[in-house]
Amino acid sequence: MRYADEFRDPVPRALLAAIAERCDAIGATEAAPVRIMEICGGHTHAIFRYGLDRLTPPGLEFIHGPGCPVCVLPMSRVDECVTLAERPEVILTTFGDAMRVPGARKSLLQAKADGADVRMVYSPLDALALARRHPDREVVFFGLGFETTTPSTALTILQAAADGQANFSVFCNHITVPPPIKALLDDPHMLLDGFVGPGHVSMVIGVRSYDFIARDYRKPIVVAGFEPLDLLQSVLMVLTQIAEGRAEVENQYARVVPEHGNPVSLAAVAEVYEPRDRFEWRGLGEIDSSGVRIREQYAAWDAERKFVVGYGAGPRAAAAPDGLACDEVLKGRLKPTHCPKFGVECTPATPLGALMVSSEGACAAYHQFRGARLESVA
Amino acid sequence: MRAERIAAPQRVTLAHGGGGCAMRDLVETVFLSAFEPDGLEDQARLSAAALAETDARLAFTTDGFVVDPLAFPGGDIGRIAVCGTVNDLAVGGARPLWLSAAFIIKEGLEVVVLAQVAASMRAAADEAGVRIVTGDTKVVGRGSADRLFVTTAGVGVIPPGVELAAARVRPGDVAIVNGVLGDHGAAILAARGEMALSASIASDCRPLGALMAAALAAAPGLRCARDATRGGLASALNEIAAAAGVGVEIDEAAVPLRDEVRGVCEILGLDPLYLANEGTLVAFAPAEEADAAIAAMRATAAGRDAVAIGRATATHPGTVVMRTRLGGGRIVDMLVGEQLPRIC
Repeated sequence: MRYADEFRDPVPRALLAAIAERCDAIGATEAAPVRIMEICGGHTHAIFRYGLDRLTPPGLEFIHGPGCPVCVLPMSRVDECVTLAERPEVILTTFGDAMRVPGARKSLLQAKADGADVRMVYSPLDALALARRHPDREVVFFGLGFETTTPSTALTILQAAADGQANFSVFCNHITVPPPIKALLDDPHMLLDGFVGPGHVSMVIGVRSYDFIARDYRKPIVVAGFEPLDLLQSVLMVLTQIAEGRAEVENQYARVVPEHGNPVSLAAVAEVYEPRDRFEWRGLGEIDSSGVRIREQYAAWDAERKFVVGYGAGPRAAAAPDGLACDEVLKGRLKPTHCPKFGVECTPATPLGALMVSSEGACAAYHQFRGARLESVA
Repeated sequence: MRAERIAAPQRVTLAHGGGGCAMRDLVETVFLSAFEPDGLEDQARLSAAALAETDARLAFTTDGFVVDPLAFPGGDIGRIAVCGTVNDLAVGGARPLWLSAAFIIKEGLEVVVLAQVAASMRAAADEAGVRIVTGDTKVVGRGSADRLFVTTAGVGVIPPGVELAAARVRPGDVAIVNGVLGDHGAAILAARGEMALSASIASDCRPLGALMAAALAAAPGLRCARDATRGGLASALNEIAAAAGVGVEIDEAAVPLRDEVRGVCEILGLDPLYLANEGTLVAFAPAEEADAAIAAMRATAAGRDAVAIGRATATHPGTVVMRTRLGGGRIVDMLVGEQLPRIC
């Protein structure tokens, strides 16, 4: 498979040796490791899929960040979405990985089994096409994700507006990456030494949005691609900055990520959305300016206004479900395996917390690729 | 020719399930002409001669088929209904002999589609060396089923001395697959057209009786075989690891995959180890018989690309581990939920 295998084959000995050498130079040991957070859930998945955590030295610890949109979706929003789906006139369309996220009452998958018309789509444009085919129904798209998916929802709303497609709307849960990073850095218990920055998000927003991390918090961040060699090279770049006492924003993924992002996407997003004052993140609580909502001008395609399920309409619960340590895991203070429910009551088949739902969630990745059987695997 | 004979009814109606003349005509024109059973009594009457051999055992299995779409590159619901049941018998070491076939048809299905399915079943049965000896037809109203569901049951004979079972796998045994993985799942995905993907991938749907017979003849110590259908190779290996109380270690670089399948998986975020197969199995052989088993498989049509992909281990019992191309290791767990519905 061209343009993929080149980044996976063969064993990158030179890179690994350089990473080990930088860890030694910093004085990082298993007891006192250098802690690097990969912000993006796609990176978390890749680290486990390729076993990168097993190839890198014990003095390097990956902390798994909040960059899995399904994982940080608050339960209240799932509940609101289920309520929407249960309206007889509604066809609720969603990306597949949101189907199993547990709500207080039920997940969308359970709602579907109970008779709600919930359909999986691969693009918001598929949902718009469904609205055209079912003029007698209300098609609602469950919009969620970071800056990566926000433009496609924005462009779909612009298309719906241009077509005058009145029976289509978006239940908007789009969120942004920089505010939670700031929230994590402001946490007095923060233990991070540097960041591997998200690739696809940065493709849209560029790399300058991370300047505050280097400038205000003196932490290095390297925007990274998703192949194993991308990740290892990015880790090496972070370690090199630490070893040299630098804190800068660097772009390892320059083949995809332009410095100032994608102007067409950014324009569509700015046209359709405006920042919310605050938005709730599962495990992290409410974070200022961390989400977007649809502007008044496009209210006709805003499911929140159309069906009166605005953010804040229902009770908000920031805490993790009883006995779960989701918030501690999301903040990087605990490993998934340290949660008392991990692999016992909370499994990928029966997820209690959202980190177990999506394959990009730290807990699901641990369970799938490492599991409680971690120690028995060499 | 068949299409001419059934020119009168274009579509199946509820009357075709009513037990009267319409049903008789449909059964005669579509099914009896394709399957040519020996008798028309309510039950097939079969010679027990194959069972007469001392210590031979009967193998009996059943499977339902709901694949969507009904036809896809490399097969259709008829071919899969025959191959699926034949393969369930074959991986148990049985020589497949007879099948039954039951059809649940939604009213409105084009009769020509039904005839194509029946013809495809006959062709697959001939290829597998089995006969479809009895069957049933039901017609249901709109909203009660989606076009056509097929259930087959199969009977075969396990020769004396053949004892394939997952629990017999021992540390050191070699894991062998008979060909590339994931073609069926990827072909169905592409055939549904939901992803706007164009891929030239055909299902691997094929009978494995001859391949299993050849492997058993060359490697009589073969421990077990599983067809890697729903849940793919990953699920088959996990079932074996759990049943035998051994670990399984596979080598990512050794697992044969088509570039097209890898590409589809890469784009959609799927793992080819979990994609369904309909003519690909994983077998475990004692190390000293592994080469013979592979060579025997390669000499059959369904085993040209047979290859060793890993081995059973005494460490991490019950767990499947993959060595990645980069040299890292990761657990290959059972599939949770469904990667794709209605794959077979």
